[in-house]
Amino acid sequence: MPPEFVIQASGLVKRYGEKRALDGVDLQVPRGTVHGLLGPNGAGKTTTVRILSTLTTPDGGQAEVAGYDVAAQPREVRRRIGLTGQQTAVDDLLSARQNLTMFGRLFRLDKSAAQKRADQLLEVFGLTEAASRTPKKFSGGMRRRLDLAASMILAPEVLYLDEPTTGLDPAGRREVWEAVQNLAAEGTTVLLTTHYLDEADKLCDRISVIDHGMNFVEDTPAGLKQRIGQERLEVAVADPAEGLRLKALLQQVLSAEPAEEDQGTKFSLLVTDGVSALTSAAAAISAEGIEIADIGLRRPTLDEAFLHLTAKTAPQETS
Amino acid sequence: MTTTQSAPAVSTAPETSGSRFIWSIRDCWTIVVQEFTHLLRQPSTFAWQIGFPVVMVLMFVYVFGSAMDVTGQGAGEGYVDFAMPGMFAMTMALGFMDTAYAVTHNKEKGFMDRFRSMPMSSSAPVTGRAVSDVIRAAIDLVVIAGVALLIGWRSGGSLTATLLAFVLLLWLRLALILVGIYLGLCIKNTETAGMLFAVAFPLGFISSVFTPPEMMPGWLGAIAAWNPVSSTATAIRELFETPGIQALEPSYWIDGHAIGAAIIWPAVIILIFLPLAVRQYRLLSR
Ligand SMILES: Nc1ncnc2c1ncn2[C@@H]1O[C@H](COP(=O)(O)OP(=O)(O)O)[C@@H](O)[C@H]1O
Ligand SMILES: [Mg+2]
Repeated sequence: MPPEFVIQASGLVKRYGEKRALDGVDLQVPRGTVHGLLGPNGAGKTTTVRILSTLTTPDGGQAEVAGYDVAAQPREVRRRIGLTGQQTAVDDLLSARQNLTMFGRLFRLDKSAAQKRADQLLEVFGLTEAASRTPKKFSGGMRRRLDLAASMILAPEVLYLDEPTTGLDPAGRREVWEAVQNLAAEGTTVLLTTHYLDEADKLCDRISVIDHGMNFVEDTPAGLKQRIGQERLEVAVADPAEGLRLKALLQQVLSAEPAEEDQGTKFSLLVTDGVSALTSAAAAISAEGIEIADIGLRRPTLDEAFLHLTAKTAPQETS
Repeated sequence: MTTTQSAPAVSTAPETSGSRFIWSIRDCWTIVVQEFTHLLRQPSTFAWQIGFPVVMVLMFVYVFGSAMDVTGQGAGEGYVDFAMPGMFAMTMALGFMDTAYAVTHNKEKGFMDRFRSMPMSSSAPVTGRAVSDVIRAAIDLVVIAGVALLIGWRSGGSLTATLLAFVLLLWLRLALILVGIYLGLCIKNTETAGMLFAVAFPLGFISSVFTPPEMMPGWLGAIAAWNPVSSTATAIRELFETPGIQALEPSYWIDGHAIGAAIIWPAVIILIFLPLAVRQYRLLSR
């Protein structure tokens, strides 16, 4: 029986000297899903992937991948995973086909099987025409796709993608997204790290937000967006004396208590439907004849979102 | 749908120590093929690599050689014959920096991480690099020997002795390549790898390669005499029956046992650094 969770990790700890890169990360990824690890730089995403792909041993906690313990049975794990690391690891001096054939040989295919698989993968990843060229002259998106193809030689049970689109131009990102979506549609389990919210949103079934080497939230993209992506309506009065009038009006129209900022001259409140809140507030304000200095909708930046999500449990850092 | 459905099956057969050994050789060979494809793709880089020792040969023989009296028969006399075996040894001694550089480069590019996440043999990246670099060194030697023949060097020894000399040279290189792989794995980035000149130069120059250690100050002479590069240089001079060699009474014990030392020194280095390098590769950035 294949395990229900292809990745099952609990309490992963990794120290580098004094620094705790991971401080108790838990992860459960069901078979056939795309799971995102979302977090800012230095959150511990790469370290988590390195542990789950047997490159690094954890100092604490344990992890099973495809039913095998990463620390005790790394060889069995390696037979069942594909890794596309943060850096593109293709040989710039071999042609695309030679690259895939070489990796096929190292995955223990015989020569003709390795060549056949290389040609298949070149086709799947749209690289057939570039097959005899070296990746040195490829676009970023093409290099990444070749990198992905090299990870898919044996159709692994889990594919790790560490920041697959960082540093790519928009066209390259779209190419890689499409490739990942195709793999997901075929049922490949993917663990993907990113610091782009939109990328996690587009590709993942579930997202774990991590920072400071700890889990903070796990949710679906929709749920996560609702938690962090909620818009705020902000209104500022021209005359500070009218502040209380404006506040009462906003409370009445939007039936929520606005927060005061800037010594009672600016008011803001979370809204679910930004556009209708904005129009009804603006209509009411002009009907009442309150003069305002500014009105607008604001979405939290990703930094604010992380701050918001991680604020409650953030560890006290001494540095 | 071809990505997963038509994918080759994962081999789940348990591995025995025998099958592991066979795989380690096959994986090693795959790496060697990869390295040689590089050579074919980059003939100009390869030409530069060979060009360097050739320039060194010509420079040392013609620039320095004309001023040195190594046989006691006058400046310049017999210097080509004295220096040529040294040049062979020097080429072997310096070239391992290329190995260290290439290893660091692969590590930096995340190549080693990909290999380490794969079910391939964990000794193959080390042995594959060692084998391909030894073959490369053999090509270097052939080219330099050709240049040497052109400028008048002749081996005075039998064919067997001459071939043995070249084998000893490659034996030394293999040992230094393993040191290079180990250092390359330890070094952080390719910029630091450039500093290996600081290791390679003394290794090459504080030796009997260009100057008989007897002519150096006492302590330096002792270091030079016991340098593995010197043992190989002296051994091949004996094997080439370099004229004038009998004129130099060996004043260091190891000089009198050069052929043995040229076999044992590299063997000791290999026994130490092969396991060290494989271990370092396995534990890379853990
Ligand atoms: N080899 C290492 N040595 C020392 N510190 C490290 C090492 N690898 C990672 N770290 C530290 O661990 C933390 C997490 O790093 P990482 O997992 O790479 O984060 P992310 O991939 O989310 O950006 C960072 O603070 C980083 O500086
Ligand atoms: Mg990272």
